[in-house]
Amino acid sequence: MIDLIASLTPDAIVRHAPVLIVALPLILAPIAAIIPSGRAAWSISLIAALFVGWMALILFGQVAEHGVIEYAMGGWQAPLGIVYRVDALNLQVLALIGTIGLLCVFYALPTVSDEIDGKQQPLFYSAFLICFAGLLGVTITGDAFNVFVFVEISSLATYALIAMGAGKDRRALTASYNYLVLGTIGATFFVIGVGFLYMATGTLNMADMASILAENGHNRVTQAAFAFIVVGLGLKAAMFPLHVWLPNAYATAPSFVTAFLASTATKVAFYALIRFIYGVYHPEGAGFVMMAFTWVFAVVGVIGMLFASLQAVFQTDPRRLLAYSSVAQVGYMMLGLGLGNVAGLAAALLHLVNHAIMKGTLFMALGAFGLKFGIRRISDLNGLGRTMPAAAIAFTVAGISLVGVPLTIGFTSKWYLILAVLERGWWWAVAAVIISSLLALAYIARMLAAIWMEEAPKRDGKPVQSTRAPWMVLAPMSLLAFANVYFFFNADPLVSLAQRAAAAVMVGH
Amino acid sequence: MLEIISERFVYIPIIILMMTGLYVVISTGNLVKRMVGLSLFQTSVCLMYIAVAKVFGGTPPILPEAHGDTASDGSDHSGGADHTVVQTDHGSQIVEMASDHGADSGHGTEAVSHVADAAHAALYSNPLPHVLILTAIVVGVATLAVGLALVVRIREAYGTIEDDALNAADYSVETGGTE
Repeated sequence: MIDLIASLTPDAIVRHAPVLIVALPLILAPIAAIIPSGRAAWSISLIAALFVGWMALILFGQVAEHGVIEYAMGGWQAPLGIVYRVDALNLQVLALIGTIGLLCVFYALPTVSDEIDGKQQPLFYSAFLICFAGLLGVTITGDAFNVFVFVEISSLATYALIAMGAGKDRRALTASYNYLVLGTIGATFFVIGVGFLYMATGTLNMADMASILAENGHNRVTQAAFAFIVVGLGLKAAMFPLHVWLPNAYATAPSFVTAFLASTATKVAFYALIRFIYGVYHPEGAGFVMMAFTWVFAVVGVIGMLFASLQAVFQTDPRRLLAYSSVAQVGYMMLGLGLGNVAGLAAALLHLVNHAIMKGTLFMALGAFGLKFGIRRISDLNGLGRTMPAAAIAFTVAGISLVGVPLTIGFTSKWYLILAVLERGWWWAVAAVIISSLLALAYIARMLAAIWMEEAPKRDGKPVQSTRAPWMVLAPMSLLAFANVYFFFNADPLVSLAQRAAAAVMVGH
Repeated sequence: MLEIISERFVYIPIIILMMTGLYVVISTGNLVKRMVGLSLFQTSVCLMYIAVAKVFGGTPPILPEAHGDTASDGSDHSGGADHTVVQTDHGSQIVEMASDHGADSGHGTEAVSHVADAAHAALYSNPLPHVLILTAIVVGVATLAVGLALVVRIREAYGTIEDDALNAADYSVETGGTE
């Protein structure tokens, strides 16, 4: 199918696909902003998302054919100019953002018209497109400073998107403000790190940095750069002790924004972290990176997954609960990264995609409930299994997938993670993964019990008639819920994608 | 010890500014003051980049008009590189001389500056960090604008911009809610 699409695409577009995938959403963003109608602005977002999906497919075909694609901006070649570089690692993340972005755009129309004031809708879609372009840019660029610029482009748009939740819940404003302060500190730490790397190497191209560092070896400057970059990107990725901005932001943002961000934004930051660790530093040649793997990523990741899961158990707001669960899931990915072997990295990358699918479904289902009923606490979910069966089933499937029950992708990624951990012989980490999964069972079971066991919600003394969310909500939600099961039985596409990605970054190490 | 400090003197004010900014962000409860601290923090990083770009005796990285002709032919590039290094040493001396005798408005200075022009071609400040920081400044301005816009909206919604009062307001919403 990819060949067919590529053969139908004009040659010029195929050649410039790496830059068009970022540029088009960015160009369409101001157009969406000046259009007076929310629906027209939505169609522009849809065009952008479809185009991004199309470009991602073309890049897929090209990477399968050539291995690594490099696109030199304006014809300026690698060490001097800015290079966009696609290999198996960021191809996976690009495909994820493209797919989730497209599904979320469908989901956006009914929920956004419900939650956002009509006059603000065009600006809302414009901010979404900027955020979308920023995330794609972080993923595709091969230039260290360019990563910073795109991180800030997507973050600034994200602050605005989260604050749009203020129509329903004024706490969105303070949540967005706190995210802005912490996010800016994180991005500034990152840019300090990039500055140090530039001082040490005299280049901003990541591949060039890597070869110069491999030649010259490491010193205090590059070690400091590593620390700054890990803290900066860790803040964006909501790594455990740096996650305080996330629960409030996810709990108060419009439901479309939460569904989109939960399955893309932190994932992209995590990808950037992997890219810097493996694409710039050579972990084998640098003792401090190996030390960071064990003590910063693995140990803190394990503490994070236990602590955040425990916090999730005691939450009353379902979206806050899922947000804490997201922090715990980042812990699994950090553990996979901290193992420092190909299997561990592949497990982390597999969980990155799988978690995006699960959390996307869960937040979409919560948004679907939210269209008909206000969902502020778990008791608001009471009896929705009878009232909104379709959304409730999607929620249940993704919920048990989050716990890691067999027959769902949650099991697949935990299986690969545990296998990778056993390869290193870290029994304590296996125990932590299992305990954390049991805690996940506890918090998911609370919500499922409310949905299926309780009486249906009543209005004026009578049970509410069973209702259905609009098909534009149901379709992407059901598709993602189906993916939760489908990719368990047909695990090969996602697993081989993750393994290829892990192998690609480990090449030469 | 003193030598180490004097060599890295430029970084001391930068670190002081950076830490001041970060401390303001953490310590103040006022949302606007927090934005001020954040801006200070970001700006100090800009200073750090600019400090790195400084080349002693270097000029602004602008090619003299006459230089364009010689640069464009570029027939022997690798040989030229060695030559530039030699020029660099002379260049810094010439620049020092030129600045020492800068007050003399005679034809001697003119001659020196003419020679210096040729040398300048090889000795200029690194332009790349400046360009990067232009972008970073734009990012900083945008962040400040979004942050202040949020503060305005927070004040409209809560009637206060003090952190403690905001927490108290949200807490009362959560406890004295609908039930």
